[in-house]
Amino acid sequence: MAAPKKGRGASGGQGKPGRSLALILIAMVALTGGMFLAHQPTPRLGIDLAGGTSITLEAKAEPGQEKAINKTNMDTAVQIMERRVNGLGVSEAEVQTQGDRNIIVNIPKGTNSAQAREQVGTTAKLYFRPVLTVAQGSPTPEPSASPSGKASSSPSPSATASEKADDGDKATGSSSSPSASATTQGRAVTGALKTDASPEASASASAEDEAAAAKLQKQFEELDCSNEASRSKAAQGGKSTDTVLACSSEGDAKYVLGPAEVSGTEVDSAKANFDQQRGMWIVQMEFSGKGSKQFQTITKKLSAQQEPQNQFAIALDGEVVSAPRVNETLSGSAEISGSFTQQSAEDLANVLSYGALPLSFKEQSVTTVTAALGGEQLKAGLIAGAIGLALVIIYLVAYYRGLAFIALLSLLVSGILSYTIMALLGPAIGFALNLPAVCGAIVAIGITADSFIVYFERVRDEIREGRTLRPAVERGWPRARRTILVSDFVSFLAAAVLFVVTVGKVQGFAFTLGLTTLLDVVVVFLFTKPLLTLMARKKFFASGHPWSGLDPKRLGAKPPLRRSRRVNAPTDPKEA
Amino acid sequence: MSRLGNFGARLYRGEVGYDFMGNRRIWYGVSVLITITAIVALAVSGLNMGIEFKGGAVFTTPKTSVSVSEAEDLATEASGHQAIVQKLGNGGLRVQITEVDTAKSDEIQDKLAADLDVPREKIAADLVGPSWGEQIANKAWTGLGIFMILVVIYLAIAFEWRMAIAALVALIHDITITVGVYALVGFEVTPGTVIGLLTILGYSLYDTVVVFDSLKEGTKGITKQTRWTYSEIANRSINGTLIRSINTTVVALLPVAGLLFIGGGVLGAGMLNDISLALFVGLAAGAYSSIFIATPLVADLKERDPQMKALKKRVLAKRAAAAAKGEATEAEQAEQGDQDQDPEDAAPAGAVVGQRQQPPRGHGRTPGRR
Repeated sequence: MAAPKKGRGASGGQGKPGRSLALILIAMVALTGGMFLAHQPTPRLGIDLAGGTSITLEAKAEPGQEKAINKTNMDTAVQIMERRVNGLGVSEAEVQTQGDRNIIVNIPKGTNSAQAREQVGTTAKLYFRPVLTVAQGSPTPEPSASPSGKASSSPSPSATASEKADDGDKATGSSSSPSASATTQGRAVTGALKTDASPEASASASAEDEAAAAKLQKQFEELDCSNEASRSKAAQGGKSTDTVLACSSEGDAKYVLGPAEVSGTEVDSAKANFDQQRGMWIVQMEFSGKGSKQFQTITKKLSAQQEPQNQFAIALDGEVVSAPRVNETLSGSAEISGSFTQQSAEDLANVLSYGALPLSFKEQSVTTVTAALGGEQLKAGLIAGAIGLALVIIYLVAYYRGLAFIALLSLLVSGILSYTIMALLGPAIGFALNLPAVCGAIVAIGITADSFIVYFERVRDEIREGRTLRPAVERGWPRARRTILVSDFVSFLAAAVLFVVTVGKVQGFAFTLGLTTLLDVVVVFLFTKPLLTLMARKKFFASGHPWSGLDPKRLGAKPPLRRSRRVNAPTDPKEA
Repeated sequence: MSRLGNFGARLYRGEVGYDFMGNRRIWYGVSVLITITAIVALAVSGLNMGIEFKGGAVFTTPKTSVSVSEAEDLATEASGHQAIVQKLGNGGLRVQITEVDTAKSDEIQDKLAADLDVPREKIAADLVGPSWGEQIANKAWTGLGIFMILVVIYLAIAFEWRMAIAALVALIHDITITVGVYALVGFEVTPGTVIGLLTILGYSLYDTVVVFDSLKEGTKGITKQTRWTYSEIANRSINGTLIRSINTTVVALLPVAGLLFIGGGVLGAGMLNDISLALFVGLAAGAYSSIFIATPLVADLKERDPQMKALKKRVLAKRAAAAAKGEATEAEQAEQGDQDQDPEDAAPAGAVVGQRQQPPRGHGRTPGRR
């Protein structure tokens, strides 16, 4: 959009004002109709007006991974968070990126915002941890150290038991014996703690450790994975270097897991593939250089172990997504096979990729607004807007008289267009009217009125030149049009830059401002100008009625002077 | 009204008018003074950064009978940090506590609900980390930078580089003044303020662009005449668009004033108030700068141009010659009337279809032909 200098449109409004008016009328009817057809008679209200909780999270890159904050990773993070909040049973929760490093989570009122905050704020962390013990999801009825076969041999009927990690194309099927070593849980935990390679643990294998192990043992027995609350509680605790308790994401198995051996960030890529030869779905993953060394170490160690300690758990956010068995030492690339469906294979591949996300998030702001307060603010905003509008109207009527009527109609058209477009943008692009946006709409009244003033003053200047109304309206237009376009462009530029660069609340404001600026141009071109052209034909305006705002006498036009000047024109050169 | 209309007409014809150009040094001085005051205020007292920049929580309660000072004590006790409490227009309270984190915020919300005897869910909580405001501010600076670059490029293309520079100076001037007022008065700086400040960008330039547009028209073919210097035409442009500038500013200020006094009055402090306050100050500064700073600056820059220097010399020489003939007064008066249409008629003649219908006047009286 540059300064339009050409007079291409000059005749447009002049010749067929009716056509433009009809066009804008059709647009209005269509938009209003669309609004009701879409069952969106009101704009969607932002969380600050409708009530609810709005959480703003900022992505933080891990050291040396600054480039990790990019659109792909942010989008992936949004997907994960969406899954998490909707796991809360909040169907209306919205998760969206905002700017290039923020994610906004809007949770409507009536949901557990504290829980949501917890879930959303935690980082998607993926770790490969050795499995120390496996048991069924529910607490074992006898917490004694009785050997129980079920503890390890059939941890879960789903993905875990039947999966295994293989190298390359080696088809192994289920050849590896599911040796149900009857390890007691107690021994497994304490034993694992003692023999664990983690230097801290072995360095001080003391009574303290024994106590810690016993405590862990007890917790493990009490852990109930069938209960969602305790499941997420189990997922919360534990650093990557600790031995932790975890549930399977299905809740049907519980684990004691050793310290993380490989971080999910080391997974370069993971995808689900259909193996033609074996006719089954597999998940293939590639590790980074460091990751493959680590993976090699862990698989070497694990493959030498007995069931269940030859499994490694893929733990996402503290939940075991999958726990494949390892048969041999693996390195750079690995394949997980098992009884996958297409869906479950893709899910696991996604999880592996998500876990590779080197982003963590920090809560930037949390806003809880009750609907009552939001209503108050909206009301105050609307009252302020109405009063502002009334003041503008009074001013325009006082100054422009009859012309104010045209200005008011134009403001009305502009208002209807903005309202319907905002209402329709709700479902279309998720636009929600928040408080700053209301503010932007009010401020925009001024912008819209500005362009009428520019045009009216131009027409009045033409009348001052001694022209009658109809030529004045036409002659004033090209220059007014240019001024309006140039200055509206500057306004639009400001709004656009604001919208692109800023985040959160500011964006709603910028969007409204930009939208109304665009609509201003549309309204002036397709409504105000044609309407003025039509009105110029009416006697009330054309005759310069004192109340028309275009009275040549009041405007100080001096027709006689002009005429005499034209007559006198030849006398002008005498000065030269 | 008719008197005002007449005044407009006389302004338009240049019969009356304020000598903006002649007095520009005074206004430059005023601006420099204000700017220095603003910078000093900023350096000495600094800005009163809102909670969004320091981190903390803001609780908004519904109508309660507890007084402000009581609430302040209660909230301070509940949080362990000094609380700031304001009464809102609806009878509610706005409790602001710095250095509060998520967990603490929930705790305080519970305590407040109990202490103030209002339902917990009726208390709104706005919890912000210390970097939230900073991030908004950083984005704002980036936005400001990008906008300035883009707008300078645009204005340089649509108008010319001198105007782009003058507009930029005026813009920086407006922002400095607005920030200075905040430092001086000690208003709280919130993200709302930042939004308001950024909106000034568009507005401040809107007015400036309107005057520049008129100036551009007025100075078309200026080198082909010897009657007016660039500064004189600039002065006429300002005067000619004065009514328009005043009207657009008033009309822009009215809704903002509505927001500021009514929106803020009903609700007390809040986003509406913050945005409108910054806008109000900035708009006023913007209107002032477009008239007193931007346009004179363009003229000043332009007069350095060799062509314009030569023109000024020719104009002055001609005037001296005319004065010698003793008909200066008469001639100048007569021509003053002429000048109204001359630049305008000449300017759009080529571009506008409608214009061609009046060729005798439009072309015959181009200044260049004299």
